[in-house]
Amino acid sequence: MLEGSGEPDDSMAAIPMGQGGVLARIARVYRRSEAARGLALLSPTMLVMLGALAAPLALLALYSFWSQDGYVLDTQFTLAQYGTSLGRATYRALFYRSIEISSLVTLITVLLAYPMAYFVAFRVRESKFLWLVLLTIPFWTSYLLRVFAWKLILGYNGVINSGLMHLGLIHEPLGFLLYNPTAVVVTLAHAWAPFAILPIYVSLEKIDCSLLEAAADLGDGPLRRFLRVTLPLSMPGVIAAAVVIFVPTTGDYVTPSLVGGSDGVMIANIIEVQFDKVGNWPLGAALAMASMAAVGVATLLFVAAMRAATARIR
Amino acid sequence: MRKRSGGLFVYAVLYLAFLYIPVLFLPLFSFNRSVFIAFPLTGFTTQWYAQMLGDDEMLRALVNSLEVGAVTSLFSTLLGTLAAKALTRYRVPGGGALLAFTSLPLFIPDIVLGISLLILLNGLQLPLSLLTVIAGHSLICVPFAITVLMSRFEGFDKSLEEASLDLGENGWMTFWRVTFPLALPGIVSSLLLTFIVSFDEFLIAYFLAGNDATLPIYIWGQLRFPYKLPAVLALGALILVASTAFVIFAEWIRSRGLGEKRHLMVGA
Repeated sequence: MLEGSGEPDDSMAAIPMGQGGVLARIARVYRRSEAARGLALLSPTMLVMLGALAAPLALLALYSFWSQDGYVLDTQFTLAQYGTSLGRATYRALFYRSIEISSLVTLITVLLAYPMAYFVAFRVRESKFLWLVLLTIPFWTSYLLRVFAWKLILGYNGVINSGLMHLGLIHEPLGFLLYNPTAVVVTLAHAWAPFAILPIYVSLEKIDCSLLEAAADLGDGPLRRFLRVTLPLSMPGVIAAAVVIFVPTTGDYVTPSLVGGSDGVMIANIIEVQFDKVGNWPLGAALAMASMAAVGVATLLFVAAMRAATARIR
Repeated sequence: MRKRSGGLFVYAVLYLAFLYIPVLFLPLFSFNRSVFIAFPLTGFTTQWYAQMLGDDEMLRALVNSLEVGAVTSLFSTLLGTLAAKALTRYRVPGGGALLAFTSLPLFIPDIVLGISLLILLNGLQLPLSLLTVIAGHSLICVPFAITVLMSRFEGFDKSLEEASLDLGENGWMTFWRVTFPLALPGIVSSLLLTFIVSFDEFLIAYFLAGNDATLPIYIWGQLRFPYKLPAVLALGALILVASTAFVIFAEWIRSRGLGEKRHLMVGA
């Protein structure tokens, strides 16, 4: 198909000529212009995304510069909510803890997923698709239930404690399993595992085998070859996996609520409270904006650092 | 295959165990007679399933979730089909940026999507209902639909459509007789996957549902009551089985005809 507007396009149904009206001319231009047709097809989706994504986010940003007194919303511009969000020590601690927890989750998930993706990419021959389906099924099944399962497992009278006591290995339940940041990290690392495998797998799968053979021919052993060829070439997948996990886990609500206890509270919990019990929407909006900004900056720094590190290996 | 990979194979099996075993405790304890979710198992029972199926509140929430899931999957697949066709068949100026914009919901925490939609609905004075849940779910389902359908549209040659046009069919007939049948596996798989995403989604629905609970909201409400947990486990076990069957069916449909190029779409 020819590109660009105004070019004749004989594959399109011809419009009867001679009806010189404006509408007919517009219709003619429309049918001939690929860009116009493409944009017209895209427009319903874009309108919905503008209405359901761009408009709400813009309004969220606006709210964060307002304030609220009791039930009365004051639309005078103010930075007071950001002052509270960043100034109050408890909120600052929550920001740090959220970033810390999801960094740890990202690190663990990616480290665990890499050998798995490597196995499917380089060692499995016939049944690749089966392995990939097996690894992605958990992603599609209820997130709430996967998180809840860990509450059952780690609980004071839960699966691990009752199992160990039944076996006679311990005499009273281990109290440190549930309701702390470690429980949040373990649960999130499990819940997000499927997300890490595919980006890494895709980047490993793309590697040209002749590069590996060349490295071997030139005398690199398996370890050197992995560190100097495979790992650097798969870094785009590793970075993608890390971002895909880091960004949403910082804002996770279900996991800290179910297994975090008071020491495992994260930023999403405090945002939810502002919209529910406390009813201070402007403060909730500012906390949400600040957390998105923090995550954005952390992500950009991480990606830049990883790129620099990869460049140095090469 | 196994010659040099003994260690990695063992690792892969352990990894699968790590993925699946925690979740398998749900069905295991759903058949356990004791109301306490702990070892030792005290005997086999199906009473929790009976209790759960007799709960009217649960059934109402289930119907709500099925309705929301069905409408969301139809709506987001329709939007996904239009967008995927536009992005794969035409050189749209700024197409890459527009595609990135539509996938933005995957990179924004659900809580932020939920509260910002809540603010918008509040500003427009629209009451919360299942319709508003559908709006929120469509937002996160459209990126999935576009990804599934783009890979399908890229999978068949657009000269088939051009041939149909050259042979005198108009745009609509070409769509119905050539494009639609060829895209059908992608469309079916998108319908199934977006349904599952909507059916399982909790947080956005939590903010937008008003008084009509969806199934995850109902489950969330039950988790506070220890004596209700076995019935929740029974429900969870059924949901896991149904979701798994659904996903396998969706991936099977999608992989048919993709041949050597087939790959999964999560995180793509």
